[in-house]
Amino acid sequence: MSSQLHQPYGWRIEDLDTDEMILNMGPQHPSTHGVLRIELRTDGEVVRAARPHIGYLHRCFEKHAESVDYPGVIPYTDRMDYVASMGNSLGYALAVEKLMGIEVSPYVQTIRVIMAELQRIASHCIAVGTYGMDIGAFTPFLHLLRDRETILDLFEWTCGARLLYNYNWVGGLSHDVPEGFVRAGRQFLREFDRVTWPELMELLIKNKIFIKRTAGIGVCSPELAVSYDLTGPNLRGSGPPRDLRKDVPYCGYENYEFEVPVGQGRYGPLGSCFDRNWVRALEMKESAKILHQALERLEKMEKADVREKVPKRVKPAKGEVYGRSEAPRGQLGYYIVADGTGVNPYRVKVKSPCFTAMSIFHVLARGMMIADIIALIGSLDVVLGEIDR
Amino acid sequence: MDASSLHQKIKGQFGDRVLHFEEAAAQPWIVVATEAIAEVTAFCKADPELALDNLMCLSAVDYPKETPPRMEVVYHLYSYEHLHAIVLKVHTPREEAHVPTVEATYGVANWHEREAYDLFGIVFDGHSDMRRILLPDDWIGHPLRKDWVDPDFYNGMHVKPTQQMAERALGGEKLGVGPFDVTPPNRHVPSE
Repeated sequence: MSSQLHQPYGWRIEDLDTDEMILNMGPQHPSTHGVLRIELRTDGEVVRAARPHIGYLHRCFEKHAESVDYPGVIPYTDRMDYVASMGNSLGYALAVEKLMGIEVSPYVQTIRVIMAELQRIASHCIAVGTYGMDIGAFTPFLHLLRDRETILDLFEWTCGARLLYNYNWVGGLSHDVPEGFVRAGRQFLREFDRVTWPELMELLIKNKIFIKRTAGIGVCSPELAVSYDLTGPNLRGSGPPRDLRKDVPYCGYENYEFEVPVGQGRYGPLGSCFDRNWVRALEMKESAKILHQALERLEKMEKADVREKVPKRVKPAKGEVYGRSEAPRGQLGYYIVADGTGVNPYRVKVKSPCFTAMSIFHVLARGMMIADIIALIGSLDVVLGEIDR
Repeated sequence: MDASSLHQKIKGQFGDRVLHFEEAAAQPWIVVATEAIAEVTAFCKADPELALDNLMCLSAVDYPKETPPRMEVVYHLYSYEHLHAIVLKVHTPREEAHVPTVEATYGVANWHEREAYDLFGIVFDGHSDMRRILLPDDWIGHPLRKDWVDPDFYNGMHVKPTQQMAERALGGEKLGVGPFDVTPPNRHVPSE
């Protein structure tokens, strides 16, 4: 049965037309944002069909998760989307808390919001910066990495790690924020609002070359986006203003004032590569808005024990839960099944936003120029660590 | 709509083919007859009151200890219009597991089903491209099944280090493999 199902090497030479050629892009191509291989069936410069091949970074996350206890999964979640680890562990912690019925204190929730939004800015810095670099704009990338560095310093100061934090625990946090964190956060925001963000808009987003290069390619209709479960900035780039922080608020997001930016279709059809990237750029500003409010709230709050609700032994009763949260790259979902006997999860399935974003790739890539494929991959903002898990 | 009225609506359309409704669960689920899942999901998406247009997650779970032993495929559906959600489940035997594909309704099911095939060995009938997705094409077996045993070799390479390799490593030779799952012999290493 299985040998009949296997067609390992894609297209056969005898199936191709005379002018057609197979081009392998990756797995070591710098613009594929990781180890992704794409088989392109090309006719001259035009891509007739594309087949992404993933799995080069598969580290058996779901299998590992079944062999460690519930808190032990958190460091593994950090390593999925290594550009936005805070979002991953937050989603997992929320799902297990839902399963066990733990309510964390407002103090912990506020810190979680601050960390999640700082991580969103850092992640979008990488996304937008590398997208510019893919297309040929090198300078904005350096400026954005400089600011991301400031955020990583804040994280390092808080929990001792720069990229893989193990910060959001089931029922709490690993560390309280240090003395002076609010002041440092405000200093970062001041710089971000006055320098980085306007600079980014002037240098990259409103750049004529950049617009001409990205607007009008990779157009994704809202229906197609919903059918392929595009989420986050990819979905909002196509028009629907769907954001979990507004629709199904968690962590007290309902108490913050912020807008949900959507694609405008200002320079071409709605849902193009430009729109997805535009949404990301505007989201950074909205995150900064949330951060201003959250830092103010944190300043007025009394210090509390962030590990107060952390259970000694995480052992949920028999049941299952699908918890989701708005990670920087879209809706990150955890389907956790507990059998009620052991301390290990019975099953953990991750719905990764990058996985679903990559699954639409072959639809959008059909009929594109080869050079535009690079622009398309960058605009979907995939992180291969999360696709392959 | 809440879960019980969603269930009423689906039950009214499909009658006997809706097998069970677990209302007490935190996120209630409906068990549907395996052969009907493609029709049920198509109805859920097309009906304007349900409008479950988003397949949030498709996962497979292995239950070898249930009677009879079974595998489940779980569909988490969500409506962007009405902001309600429902969980559908189908059961399939562990050997020769077959489930109809829902690819025609939800494009994203293509990759999710390939992943379920890859890791659980569930074949989705009518799927356009039923290949492995995460593991190499020549991998044998389906690792997320509960009866999975790690193989000793993959393409002639040791998956686990052998006793002999452990001894050579203890002798000072750097092999770059590990961790050892064999107990290393308590060997005296003379100091220089």
